[in-house]
Amino acid sequence: MKVLNIIETAYRATLEEQDDPVVWIIHAMKGAGADHDVLLRGNAVNYTVMAQGVPPLMFGDRVQKHAPRIAEQVAGLIAKGVQVMVVRECLAARGIGEEELMSGLTMVHQAAVPKMMNGFDQVWHW
Amino acid sequence: MMGKKTLTFMLMDAPFENARTTTALRLIDIAARRGYDINVFAYEGAVYMPLAAQAKHANAVHGHDAAQEDHPLPREWVEAVMQETARNGGKFDWVNCGLCVDERGAAEAIPGVRRGSPADFWKMAGASDNVLVIPTK
Repeated sequence: MKVLNIIETAYRATLEEQDDPVVWIIHAMKGAGADHDVLLRGNAVNYTVMAQGVPPLMFGDRVQKHAPRIAEQVAGLIAKGVQVMVVRECLAARGIGEEELMSGLTMVHQAAVPKMMNGFDQVWHW
Repeated sequence: MMGKKTLTFMLMDAPFENARTTTALRLIDIAARRGYDINVFAYEGAVYMPLAAQAKHANAVHGHDAAQEDHPLPREWVEAVMQETARNGGKFDWVNCGLCVDERGAAEAIPGVRRGSPADFWKMAGASDNVLVIPTK
């Protein structure tokens, strides 16, 4: 079974979970043999920007270690053979240039997405 | 110099699900550092924030054991802002909505958290310089 994961909501619980929980569960399922691809749209296209960082997090004297490194986690999916697609129009709407992105991504046009879904057994919209 | 303020925060989101919990605690942390008196009314899923049973775990995807992972626990963050408030001469009152606690079985909270009702929120709001409601979206 091949699944397309459309990730649209971005930075959901990333500080509390030290990652994006959707990217995390795809990593975990991939490790268990699942066949996944990913389409990033909406605000989630920012996950592919390399020059992003999280400032230190501190409450009172409690220092939180291990800030999330979202771009690295997405790049890790590509390294595992997951095709990570990005909707061009969503990048353009946010003023994000392709030169800012990690390598290994597949750019797709919004209009091509419905037809592309035919290549998957299931589509999960996160 | 600004005078001492009393602020009330109404939180509604459960932890570990979005960015609003952390944002709320960042704002509360700033108030704590200024020595303000702080009230928090935790409504619906927010009653899980000071849940005493929250526990760290290992993370195989990150390649960390439990100690290396140092997983964030909102109960520790809540405890930290309580302590920061006290260090700076402020008072901190965290009220968990009792009915919300009951329906979730979330009664075991860290010390400093008390059970209450919407009437407590009403009293807090009336006695505060300002109120910030951060609801579930």
